[in-house]
Order: sequence, then structure tokens, then C-alpha cells
Amino acid sequence: MMPDLGKYAFAVLASYGASLALLAVIVWASLRRARKVRAELEQVEARRDAKG
Amino acid sequence: MEQRASASLWEWANPVKFLRLTEWLLPWVSWGAAICLAVGLVWGFFFTPDDFRQGSTVKIIYLHVPAALMAINIWIMMLAASLVWVIRRHHVSALAAKAAAPVGVVMTLIALVTGALWGQPMWGTWWAWDPRLTSFLILFLFYLGYVALWEAIENPDTAADLTAVLCLVGSVFALLSRYAVLFWNQGLHQGASLSLDAEENVHDVFYLPLLVCIAGFVLLFVALLLLRTRTEIRARRIKALMARERMG
Repeated sequence: MMPDLGKYAFAVLASYGASLALLAVIVWASLRRARKVRAELEQVEARRDAKG
Repeated sequence: MEQRASASLWEWANPVKFLRLTEWLLPWVSWGAAICLAVGLVWGFFFTPDDFRQGSTVKIIYLHVPAALMAINIWIMMLAASLVWVIRRHHVSALAAKAAAPVGVVMTLIALVTGALWGQPMWGTWWAWDPRLTSFLILFLFYLGYVALWEAIENPDTAADLTAVLCLVGSVFALLSRYAVLFWNQGLHQGASLSLDAEENVHDVFYLPLLVCIAGFVLLFVALLLLRTRTEIRARRIKALMARERMG
């Protein structure tokens, strides 16, 4: 299944590894901040509603 | 009729309408991105042959070209959004430009890293002060400067104004990184991989998976842009509510 990358295996695998890792980091960071900010907004709005 | 169409376009600059529309749109775009990226990368990595000159390093094209394309086009998108902010003062457009920048940083970094990894076996060096490589490095620094400027300024409207100016200046390098190979001939970097000229374009066996990967990168960017802009809108609302709370 794995293609024979020959003498360029390092260049190809490192490219895929680094790129996929960087993409994973930006997706993870975006989702994490989205969740955090959403929860914070819900808290602030709940506090505002409680005060009337 | 035309006036109504353009008026309805601006309606989406309303944060509430934007949040409502993107809530529905986001899952579709995210799944589209995941499917295109999975299909394109698996097709490119496992089911395409080696190039007769570049060997298996040709497989790097499926990451390098879409990332480089996105790095340039994200900056152009940020410029368009910044101009909308400067001219029409729509907050969503300024927040969209802010939200896009970190994605642009990652795309530029992927283009630089994969370029170096590809360049070493092909040119015998990780880096050369070639026009396209150099303008890309400058674009990367502009991205970092743009993100830093947003973080450094407390007032969001002032930050949006100043980053819009930075965006306008950086556009020179975004365009330069796209067309540098046409302006100067002394660079190591080859010409465009995608071209309307059949002679210059990459072979069909590489071209089709490359197109799927490009579609995947575009959809991934749109998904991240929507998600991050929604977050920025909410963060802005938190600031406004907190300020109201403090005032009593």
C-alpha cells in the first residue's frame, strides 16, 4: 500500500507530516477558542439577564 | 432590482444575520473540506506515479501549491475585507480580516516549509534568495506583523484602521509573490504549476488530484474563516456587555 518513495522519502514524509500537523494545530486552536468564547458569552449574558 | 440585490448583500454584514447564516453553512463547508482533502491527498500520495525528473518529490505538489495559492489569496481576501471596513465601516468585515490572518500564517508557513523540503533534493539547497521565495518570506513577516498589530491595540476600531493600512502595503508583496517569476528570470523557482497553457501546465495525472486538493484547501479556509469570524463577533459582544456592566 505504501508507495516506494526511494531516496526522497524524508522530503516527502516530512512535508506531509509538517503540513498536516500545522493544519491540525490551526483547526484545534480555532475550535478551542470558539468553544471558550461561546461559553464566556453565555455566562455574561446569563449574568445580564439575572440582573434584569 | 440591482439596488435591492446589493442592499441584501450588505444585510449579511449584520452580525446576527451572519451568525444565523453561518450556523447553517459551517457544517456543510467543513464536511466538504474534509472530504476533498482526504480524497485529494490520498489520491495524490498513494495513486499517482513519480515524475520522470523529480521522482517521488512530486507528491509534495499536493500540499505546496494549494498552500501557496491560499497564502496569497487569503491576503487578497483580507485586503478586500479591510477596504469594506474602511469605506463602509462594517464591523463583520474587519473581524473577518482579523479572523483570516492566522490561517494565512499557517498557509504561508506550510508553503515555506514544504518548499524548503522540496528544494533541498531538487536544487541542492534548503533556501535561496530567489525572488519568489524572498517575497513569500516577506509576506510571512507581514502576516505576523498584521496579527501582532491586532493584538497590540486596545481599541478595536483603531486596530481595524491600522491593520487595513498594513494590509494595503502588504498586498504589494502578495502580488509580488504571485508574479515574481514573471518579473525576474534569475530565480531558482519554476514557473506556475497551473496554467491555461497546456504546455506549461502539469500533466493530467497530477493535475486532477491537485485540483481536488486545492478545492479542499479553499473549503478548509472558508470553514475556518466562518468559525473564527463567529468567534470574533462573540468576543466583541462580550467586550461590549462587560463595558455596559462596568458602567452600571
